[in-house]
Amino acid sequence: MMPGLSNRKTMQIQTPEGVIFSLTVAGIFSRFLAWTVDGAAIFAAASIISIATAFLAIISPDFANMLSVILFAIISVGYGIFTEWCWRGQSLGKRLLRLRVIDASGLKLQLSQIIIRNLLRPVDLLPICYLLGGLFLFWNQRGQRLGDLAANTVVVSIPSKKLLDVRQIQESKYNSFREYPHLEARLRQRVKPAEAAVALDAILRRDEISPEARIELFRDIAAHFRSLVPFEDKIDEMITDEQFVRNAVASIYRQASSGDAASRSAVLSEI
Amino acid sequence: MILDLQQFIKTERPRWEELESLLTRIEEDHDLRFNLEQTRRFHYLYDRAASDLLRISTFASSPEIVGYLEALVARAYGEIHETRDPRRRFLFWHWVSRELPLTFRRHLMAFWASVALTVLGALFGAGVLYVEPDTKATLLPFSHLMGKPSERVADEEESKGDYLQGKKAGFAGQLMTHNIRVSIFTLAMGMTYGVGTVVVLFYNGVILGAVSFDYIQDGQTRFLLGWLLPHGSVEIPSVIIAGQAGFVLAGALIGSRKRLSLLDRLAAVRGDLVTLIGGFSMLLVWAGLVEAFFSQYHEPVLPYGVKIGFGLLELVMLSAYLGFSGRSSPPKDPAP
Repeated sequence: MMPGLSNRKTMQIQTPEGVIFSLTVAGIFSRFLAWTVDGAAIFAAASIISIATAFLAIISPDFANMLSVILFAIISVGYGIFTEWCWRGQSLGKRLLRLRVIDASGLKLQLSQIIIRNLLRPVDLLPICYLLGGLFLFWNQRGQRLGDLAANTVVVSIPSKKLLDVRQIQESKYNSFREYPHLEARLRQRVKPAEAAVALDAILRRDEISPEARIELFRDIAAHFRSLVPFEDKIDEMITDEQFVRNAVASIYRQASSGDAASRSAVLSEI
Repeated sequence: MILDLQQFIKTERPRWEELESLLTRIEEDHDLRFNLEQTRRFHYLYDRAASDLLRISTFASSPEIVGYLEALVARAYGEIHETRDPRRRFLFWHWVSRELPLTFRRHLMAFWASVALTVLGALFGAGVLYVEPDTKATLLPFSHLMGKPSERVADEEESKGDYLQGKKAGFAGQLMTHNIRVSIFTLAMGMTYGVGTVVVLFYNGVILGAVSFDYIQDGQTRFLLGWLLPHGSVEIPSVIIAGQAGFVLAGALIGSRKRLSLLDRLAAVRGDLVTLIGGFSMLLVWAGLVEAFFSQYHEPVLPYGVKIGFGLLELVMLSAYLGFSGRSSPPKDPAP
């Protein structure tokens, strides 16, 4: 398990149909970054206003001053409300950081919730720099600041839209395991879904791992598979541990129910 | 059993993408309404995605697909299972004439608590200044209130309100935004179980009491009333309403309605809080305009009687509005 990931808070919601889904609560750091981006956006908007009102000041300095003061107040308070309402719980910063404000029960976010969570920000800011809100957020199981608690909202991380890149587990042109269908069958029978998932995950994420850790990881997984099904030495000696695991995963995930080997490989190459 | 992941994705992916595109349409268009056929299809796709999530979580836990499906099911769940009030068109007149005064009256106890704290603060401020006149600099940390009231009155009457010439609009803007910020802060302090709201209201009361005592003691009661009443008769009630909202929030936190959970109590008052915020913000815009464009003119430009009369009229109208508006008209919801 990658360090840090285990510390991420999640919230689970059970639907009336009995399906449980979990959402990852946004971390303090990503929320801080989103807040910084939003601060920059407000600053940019305020700068544009001051430029625009400077032109207006040529006609009426007093009116331009009033407009500038009011517009700045509206933007600084209304920015979060407006963007989160228009973009369904996302401000510019949250969009960039892939965060979203959601109703804590998983239901549709309401305007009153957005208004309350944004307007109660002053209490989270106390005594300085979000100290109270930050502490509350840190200790709260759902990562809620006080404004979120009052509004019953949670800020969650949006998972990547990227679906599984099945090409990564596509069989290589030659999978030596296929010469031993009885061993493949035994492998499929003995490997538990969780173990297969770990091996699959290792393949999918192999480029994210350092070379040393990658060698060690695949050695361990290969050793485990070997302990379950003793492949013949000549297969073993010809391939690396990583290739062994790739072959094993391809064998495990290959459609087992279909009888025709040709059609199975057609499915794999098609995807 | 291990799921044939590739085949599974190949088969189900078109439905996930269809569901995703429907969700994107819903999310992009707040007023979008599906017909029966589309609703059925949407529900079917949601069921299918939920079932896929269940299958994949059980048989082939792949973090990417599980995460993707969880996010998809979560989005669809929010749309399908929402049973709270459907979004209603906001009708300003209905809101002003019924919703705001009714909401105000629904939480009268909190309002009177807010009034009591302000009065207590005012009495304290006046009392302290009476006992210890030297504390004026501490109680009233504003340069224009430091001097002797009668001297300020003489200066103001001599200047004929011209010192704000060409600055009134900007001054009004500053007053509005500052007062609205203070009021929102007073409300937000309700999250400290009302302690912060008590402090803010009491402190406002202290300043008000000390200023009033200072002017009254110096024989400037007419000036004080003429100066404060035109805007104060709206501004002070607005801050008190903000305190009322803070106490409503604190009441929900503390749990005056024990049979409800904390989340339910907070949800029950959320709409009322937003209404009260809208109410005091609207009043403070008016107060800011009056303070900048009217309150700063004194005799001989504007007789104090006129200013006091105007302030009293505002107070009576505001009281009548908050106390009686919406009572006579039949309960009628705006068109959805």
